[in-house]
Amino acid sequence: MLLSYLKIAWKVLLRRKFFTFISLFGISFTLMILLVLYAMFDFTVGPQMPEKRLSRLLFISQLALLGQGGELGDSPPSYSFLERYVRPLRTPEKVSINTLGGTTVAYVGNQKLKLDHKYTDAEFWQVLDFDFLEGRPYTAPEVKAAAHVAVLSESGARNYFGTARGVVGRTIVTDELSYRVVGVVRDVPAARTYSYAEVWQPITTSTQDIRDPSYQGPCMAILLAHSAADAPTVQREFAQVVSRIPVPKEEGWHIDKVQIYAGSLLSTTVRDVFDNTGPDDGVAQFLAIISGLGLLFMLLPALNLVNINVSRILDRSSEIGVRKAFGATSDALIWQFLIENLFLTLLGGILGLGLAAGALHLLNSSGLIAHTQFSINSRIFLSALGAILLFGLLSGVYPAYKMSKLHVVQALKGGTNV
Amino acid sequence: MKATPLTPVLRLSEIEKVYQTRDIETVALNRVNLTIYKGEFVSIMGPSGCGKSTLLSLMGLLDEPTSGTIEVNSRPVESYSDKELAGLRNLKIGFVFQSYHLINDLTVLDNVELPLLYRPGIGGKERRQRALEALDKVGLSARTGHFPSQLSGGQRQRVAIARALIGRPEIILADEPTGNLDSVMGEEIMALLLGLNQQEGTTIVMVTHDEQQARQTERLIRLFDGSQVG
Repeated sequence: MLLSYLKIAWKVLLRRKFFTFISLFGISFTLMILLVLYAMFDFTVGPQMPEKRLSRLLFISQLALLGQGGELGDSPPSYSFLERYVRPLRTPEKVSINTLGGTTVAYVGNQKLKLDHKYTDAEFWQVLDFDFLEGRPYTAPEVKAAAHVAVLSESGARNYFGTARGVVGRTIVTDELSYRVVGVVRDVPAARTYSYAEVWQPITTSTQDIRDPSYQGPCMAILLAHSAADAPTVQREFAQVVSRIPVPKEEGWHIDKVQIYAGSLLSTTVRDVFDNTGPDDGVAQFLAIISGLGLLFMLLPALNLVNINVSRILDRSSEIGVRKAFGATSDALIWQFLIENLFLTLLGGILGLGLAAGALHLLNSSGLIAHTQFSINSRIFLSALGAILLFGLLSGVYPAYKMSKLHVVQALKGGTNV
Repeated sequence: MKATPLTPVLRLSEIEKVYQTRDIETVALNRVNLTIYKGEFVSIMGPSGCGKSTLLSLMGLLDEPTSGTIEVNSRPVESYSDKELAGLRNLKIGFVFQSYHLINDLTVLDNVELPLLYRPGIGGKERRQRALEALDKVGLSARTGHFPSQLSGGQRQRVAIARALIGRPEIILADEPTGNLDSVMGEEIMALLLGLNQQEGTTIVMVTHDEQQARQTERLIRLFDGSQVG
């Protein structure tokens, strides 16, 4: 039966080539845009290198000071704040404190080279999962001793040394300070803002005063929970600690409360992007809005397809009449039409996947976002299948229902009186 | 081997069919009483618009009467659910239409198989086998892979008859099966239907305009303005 439906579906597609083209174009173009956006989303906040154990990771990157008139200001927390209130937490497996990204200057001959860099502790390399191409991460004793050692990204090494191979043991001079290269890692996409850099150096070698006792500074923390299920326990412990933090005394300011949260990568990214420091991270609204927009975006070609499908009923009334006359139930006709429609949307979906892969390739080679290698991974592929199914059902149910309700005598006469 | 015409296949009692639009009420059938017995070949005649096709649609359970009762297996059709009615059409009735109503996108073989698609428990192999047998009966074994557009009118009607036969229905309802054919092809189709009735005992009800064809059947029902006149 399925084969018979597919045969008919194929013939119907070939019979009305123009409508088929319009339908396929609508489906594939819509899907391409959705997939490209989803690939970018997944690449930014999905479980990708180096945040592979994403469900166990929590990020702390914004600290807000509240006064009577509301928020007095927000900025990243300081190193000393994180050392005092985050490092001693008992529930996480590991805690890493590092600076948010910045740039450092190096010279290659007379050429000035700007490198994105990050100061980190030794735990940074244990909390995250970098791919080491050669060498090793720097160790806790090296960080404690403020050893001038560095880990470079592949492209950082290539830009400075002209090669990414055999550079371990060589010296890189940044901001007029010499560092010995101990390791080279695979490039991290710039979209992974909390781990990305081209040069990582021990936080104890920072030229800034990391011992400054004020709460606000240039740092962030990454926490690794024992398990995904344990992450909320870590968040609760941190919330308890935060509730006991003494409010800082700053001249000219009356501060009532310190507000700071540990959240998932998505939660922290949404907070940072929308500068939201309140108790609600805004992820639910964010996801609702983008899902709504996605659905709305799919609705337009779906409505177009509904329209085309309804008009096709006129063409096929004789067939529907015959099928009913020979014993097809309404359910059987609904299934037939849905399968046909899913077949069409699946074709459009395959085209859309191809177009999305092409568009992502173009984006990758354009260098718009540094070191980015967007690709269609299994998550994106499965989401595409889900979207195709949703699209097929969205555009097929109403015409299928209308088709099944066609009055058989009218249908055999070629009319569409339902 | 012909069955004794005593077992009723279909019984219509006091059937009325009225088409109602906002301004006009058209009586298509008026108090029609009719029983079709197993193995009969009955023809229905009458001028255009007298209700012949409406009567055939009602007998084929494709439409509902405005009043009156249609009984299948001595049970009124209104007591069947939509799903059961679809099952009855599939098992008991085969249709042959004046304009063939073959599906142009399907081959001859796929067209003939169609009724068995809706019959549970019949696999693809058996469907194919029975379609080939039905096509053999109508003399079209050599055309199984053709599409309807590649056949003559007479051949298309043979395919339609094969499609009506494949489900081994108790009754074939043929609505002017020779209406679109020239006289030679019309005679061929008529001979085929007579053969099915006389050799295989298939019950046939045929609407026709052709007096000569009607005379070849066992019983003739005449309709005029929706009423039975003979």
